[in-house]
Amino acid sequence: MIPRQVVVAGYGMAGARLAEEILKRDEERGHIALTILGEEPHISYNRVLLSGVVAGTMKPENVMLHGEEWREKVRLGMSVTGIDRGARKVTLSDGSTIGYDVLVLATGSRAWIPSVDGLRPQAPGVHTFRTLDDCAGIIAAARPGAPVAVLGGGLLGVEAARGLVARGCQVTVVHPVGHLMERQLDEAAGRVLAARLSTLGVEVRINAKVVGYAPGDGLELDDGLVPADMVVVTAGVKPETELATAAGLAVDRGILVDDCLRTSDPRIHAIGDCAQHPGTTAGLVQSAWEQAEVLADLLTGANVAKRYRGTPVVTRLKARDVDLAALGDVHADVHTPGAEVLCLNDPTRGRYTKLVIREDRVAGAIMIGAPDAAATITQLYDSRVPVPSDRLAVLLGRALPTAATPAGSPAELPASAVVCRCNSVTKAQLVTAWRSGATDVRGLASATRATTGCGSCRDAVCGIAEWLSDKT
Amino acid sequence: MAETHCPYCALQCAMTLDGAQVTPREFPTNRGGLCQKGWTSGALLTSPVRLTTPLVHGRPASWDTALDFVAGQIERIQREHGRDGMAIFGGGGLTNEKAYALGKFARVALRTSQIDYNGRFCMSSAAAAGNKAFGVDRGLPFPVADLGDADLILLVGANPAETMPPFMQHIKAGLVVVDPRRTATAERATLHLRPAPGTDLALALGILHSAFSEGYAEHDYIECRTQGFQDAWRIAAAWWPERVERVTGVSATDQRAVARMLAEAKNAYILTARGTEQHASGTDTVSAWINLALALGLPGKPGSGYGCLTGQGNGQGGREHGQKADQLPGYRRIDDPAARAHVGKVWGVDPSSLPGPGRSAYELLDALGRPQGPKGLLVFGSNPVVSAPRATHVTERLQALDLLVVADFVPNETTALADVVLPVTQWAEEEGTLTNLEGRVLHRRPALQPPSGVRSDLEVLRELAIRLGTPAKMFPTIAEEVFDELAKASEGGIADYSGITYARLRDGEALHWPVPDRRHPGTPRLFTDRFGHPDGRARFVPVDHKGPAEPPDDDFPLMATTGRVLAHYQSGAQTRRIDELVAAVPESYVEVHPDTAGLAGLADGDMAEIESRRGKVSARVRYVASMRPDTVFLPFHFPGENSANRLTNPALDPTSRMPEFKVCAVRLLHGGME
Repeated sequence: MIPRQVVVAGYGMAGARLAEEILKRDEERGHIALTILGEEPHISYNRVLLSGVVAGTMKPENVMLHGEEWREKVRLGMSVTGIDRGARKVTLSDGSTIGYDVLVLATGSRAWIPSVDGLRPQAPGVHTFRTLDDCAGIIAAARPGAPVAVLGGGLLGVEAARGLVARGCQVTVVHPVGHLMERQLDEAAGRVLAARLSTLGVEVRINAKVVGYAPGDGLELDDGLVPADMVVVTAGVKPETELATAAGLAVDRGILVDDCLRTSDPRIHAIGDCAQHPGTTAGLVQSAWEQAEVLADLLTGANVAKRYRGTPVVTRLKARDVDLAALGDVHADVHTPGAEVLCLNDPTRGRYTKLVIREDRVAGAIMIGAPDAAATITQLYDSRVPVPSDRLAVLLGRALPTAATPAGSPAELPASAVVCRCNSVTKAQLVTAWRSGATDVRGLASATRATTGCGSCRDAVCGIAEWLSDKT
Repeated sequence: MAETHCPYCALQCAMTLDGAQVTPREFPTNRGGLCQKGWTSGALLTSPVRLTTPLVHGRPASWDTALDFVAGQIERIQREHGRDGMAIFGGGGLTNEKAYALGKFARVALRTSQIDYNGRFCMSSAAAAGNKAFGVDRGLPFPVADLGDADLILLVGANPAETMPPFMQHIKAGLVVVDPRRTATAERATLHLRPAPGTDLALALGILHSAFSEGYAEHDYIECRTQGFQDAWRIAAAWWPERVERVTGVSATDQRAVARMLAEAKNAYILTARGTEQHASGTDTVSAWINLALALGLPGKPGSGYGCLTGQGNGQGGREHGQKADQLPGYRRIDDPAARAHVGKVWGVDPSSLPGPGRSAYELLDALGRPQGPKGLLVFGSNPVVSAPRATHVTERLQALDLLVVADFVPNETTALADVVLPVTQWAEEEGTLTNLEGRVLHRRPALQPPSGVRSDLEVLRELAIRLGTPAKMFPTIAEEVFDELAKASEGGIADYSGITYARLRDGEALHWPVPDRRHPGTPRLFTDRFGHPDGRARFVPVDHKGPAEPPDDDFPLMATTGRVLAHYQSGAQTRRIDELVAAVPESYVEVHPDTAGLAGLADGDMAEIESRRGKVSARVRYVASMRPDTVFLPFHFPGENSANRLTNPALDPTSRMPEFKVCAVRLLHGGME
């Protein structure tokens, strides 16, 4: 059988995962001839961990997704520059062409730079934060004590700011909107986050109107200057759709795909940041990886019934000492009809939890400084399990103590309480034994076997013996 | 008066028997402690339900009649269906001598490849992972008492406060427990991590990720004593704690906390047990925990390490001497020509006459009575009707046999199906050795005379062997003679017992295998200088999370997990016969979050029906507020329509062939009538 030519344009997190999943399914069958094109010179790396690289907890060599042997499997430093859909060929950056039976666009997205006077990607002191090379540039320029501005207070901006503070920089987050991470947080949560960052040494300027950038000086706002030796631009990303647009594929914000991850040309698929599927928000690795798995099933024939139905979005900040999770609809408030909304706001201690419940299921939540609640509520959200009726326990992320566990005094302990688990000995049995003459721990042990297993009930048995002695 | 050890779990608590009267005895493992099962273990020695007469088709028969019948049927079956028409199913509670004799009987007298045992359902995943990582599988490669000096112990899927209570005396400092349930052990923990059932592997990856990115990895150790870190790390790198949190429900903060606690402890241990091992990905899951231990430099470091808490009384020894489908004595591989030559010589048979590897436990049970499967089965020391996964199906397979022979000392659910029941001696009535959870070989002395009418398993095997035309001298009935032969057969193997003698054991020597010669003091601590692989290095095994084989869905929206309770042992065949234990836990129950039960209209104490794709059971509802709302728990000690294993999923681990006991999809219904 002649193998089908599958060309994957892009070797980022989506493309790399797709390649792996295809090879895993097709390894022994050899039905697919795979060509992977990677624009960057590096083996694919884990973009999610780049904030760790900036923070210094991770070294670049530790974030690689593949081993060196992948240099043989991927054409690194090569990208697609044009698609000829009629001839089913792509042109590469070196001018050569290759034919395809299936083309997968996994071209990702690129950093978006707002139009501000003087702010250009190549301008001195300006860094985007998307690639490993960007990280290297930021680390090289991040001198302890030096002022740094982070332009854009979304998820990435907050992570970058936290990392740069850890490197000793004086960081100001400049955010044009009224609160941080406004896509994921409500206003009160944004304030708690800002307060939390400020205790860590990050200054936050919200509602900031940036009017210019002066290399060496900093960002000029309409109400003054934010001094900065370096500006890290984290103002958002833009899906890489130029190829698709030029080839006449249907493109909105991203390349439109259906549940089979097909574009408007059924021979061409798109996954990851460059794709736009109705069920998901672009820019998240989880959706990219799920898409890669579904597409690998379809392209290799491993499971042709597989479909991608979207990925529920859970935003999880990865910044040391800031525990933040947000999911679903977070903008409902206590007055919203049909929604049950619980909220705990403790800005002084950097805590904020909000839980939005509709029809007994988690519809949205924000959890700052509440790691247990974040874990529990995310699971309830993903599994669609009804929210336990003890809503307060859910909001706190811990079951509240019910009945008094080992009672304070032997007198309060109910007669049926098991004192020695190892030998199923109840308080009542100990009392009976005591009344029959076993008036010390040794006697109680030989009469009832209490304390003779793991011995951890010794104190409790002593307490009961003393209590009984005192009573008489 | 005889000094002996408890007949139940792998801790093998020391006790003294005076008649049937038990008193605890000081010993390094149990330190004078006994749980309720141990205290009451004498009750079965005088039980009126004791089997004392062979039964053929339910009717009492003489031993000769029964054995003649069995041998005749075996000959007929093997004539009609070939050697593999007969199979043997053993148990992890059998002494080393019995396990050895059973393996030899299969290969030499029956010449069948079809032998396996219930230990496959026990620690086989940990065994496989231990072999991969260290080149040796010894549950604890250090004495239990070493744990007492640890600053931190991470217990994964282990509930010793319930399953081996006196063990808890060794936990003196920090304890972290990984368990979906708030167990008696978890209640004592400094930190309890509660992953969703079937997600332990992801949790291990998350903690490894945390440890590495926080700079806790022991780079010198990784460099000098291990291989393969990079490949393992590359997978863990994709499991950052926040991603792991979403899959497991364990907060990223707690994952980092555990990494830090393990790293900051001067001495730390990671111990696994059935909760993390009894999965279709059990071997990989254990590998993930071992990878974490290796990255932190624990195994082989004095005062630290990784270990598996073996479950059954002779879970360790039972897996070393040939009752496993792929093994010969001494933990040798049956497909290794050198091992076959060695064992063939000890047995006095042509190595080429030894069969090859056979089916694993569940596959063996599943094949019974099928066109290509065995038509006859001999069961020793096991009650698969209750303890095997997908129990209803296993029962049907047993019923499809031409011949089912069960050797046991009390009637159980499997003897009820048997064509022939052979009444045999039990622990205190016979001599033998067991290898406890720390690889220490223990000698059990006979404490009292067996009732008239019963014979030892060794006598049964010898009598059958004679009837099948095998020389009688190949099957001695004196335990010490069998042991001496076992010692020779194990010589040079991984589990080398060749330097152990009954005389040394009677003298009270603490002998942990390997003991390669008679002057060798034994090996309480393995790996201090080198691991078991030829290059002396441990192996990181690159493993990734896959999740449960049967995730919940709209039809079966809950996850069921199974386990043990303090008052009962395994299938309950023994403990359900002891009044005091029945009084403690009289019937099956299901632990459910009150809201989950409430949605099914079930009040605390109601009878519920729990249903999976494989069967339905009933159990009394226990409201447990600390349960995850998506999970229910059932103990598996009960038979019939209370048998939790009617629900369980026989999806098998590709390496260990362990079934997925610990998670399957179920629904919860009202049980209707009381």
